[in-house]
Amino acid sequence: MQPIQPQHIQSRINELSGRELYLHLELTSGAYANHLDSSRHSASAFISNAVIRYTQGSISGTGPYRVGLKTEQGWIYAEGLTHIDEQDTQRLILAGHDSMGKLVIALQLSLEAF
Amino acid sequence: MNMDEVMNMSNNQADALRILAVFPHPDDESFVAAGTLAKYIAGGAQVTFACLTLGEMGRNMGIPPFANRVTLPGIRKRELEDSCRAIGIQDLRMLGFHDKMIEFEDQELLDGTILDMLLELKPSIVITFYPGYSVHPDHDATGAAVVRTIGRLPAEERPVVLCSAFSSNHEQMIGKADVTVDVTAFLSSKMASIQSHRSQFQAAELVGSRVLTDEEIRSRYGIEQFWTYRFS
Repeated sequence: MQPIQPQHIQSRINELSGRELYLHLELTSGAYANHLDSSRHSASAFISNAVIRYTQGSISGTGPYRVGLKTEQGWIYAEGLTHIDEQDTQRLILAGHDSMGKLVIALQLSLEAF
Repeated sequence: MNMDEVMNMSNNQADALRILAVFPHPDDESFVAAGTLAKYIAGGAQVTFACLTLGEMGRNMGIPPFANRVTLPGIRKRELEDSCRAIGIQDLRMLGFHDKMIEFEDQELLDGTILDMLLELKPSIVITFYPGYSVHPDHDATGAAVVRTIGRLPAEERPVVLCSAFSSNHEQMIGKADVTVDVTAFLSSKMASIQSHRSQFQAAELVGSRVLTDEEIRSRYGIEQFWTYRFS
């Protein structure tokens, strides 16, 4: 994983605009959040291989970054993104890692199912 | 009770001792039972580890992160294979269930998969998580499936079921562990197993933020403990 360069992400978002895509979107505190610190609340959600199409999309912020995608029926939003898998040129694999390297958020787009 | 007494009360005395470990995630075997398994493999036991998922929804991605949601399953599969080699496990089965989803899985499919292994392997001892006292929903659901399936067998055919428990209230609810295994002689295998999980083992809550001394390793990892599941 490499730190996000926003201009590069923007061009990848533009390339995928208007196409039918598979989405993986996830936000997680980790299943041990409450066990390790009872003041914390364990919460997670993910959706995998949702089929979407967006007409407009952009990356914003100064890092960690936000991405918003305007779909035909609504919106897709992710905040806290820090890294991209640059080796994956077919799919857009974005993630947000905390200071311990742990994944907090993932936003992934692909022309084929994950 | 120690492990030798468990072996004596297990009902299959023929040939090599057979142990079946059933856990949901790669690295569960390292922290729960690596020393116990290595110890009994050294004594001639045959061990099957049924790993329900590849831990593909894990949050630890290495420091700095080298894995992501897409690459994590392949990375953790290789780590799991390395860990099993370090312990000496002869038979690793990756069952292909989806990480985090065990509690929502089709119970007939899950229990049927476990039953097939029990009938094929006829283990004397099964090691898993104590349902309800193992923190992660996948741990609890895995232990529940194992004891549900074994509970349906005639009492005389049931293997001894050893459970790991670590929820904050577990001793209050189920008392102290009744099986303790001194694994200090097998700590090199256990530490090699833990360190095989390269994407995971740097996590501070698992190993701390610094290199442990030999004494710290002995006190933290030298004893493994289990609760014998009582079928009512």
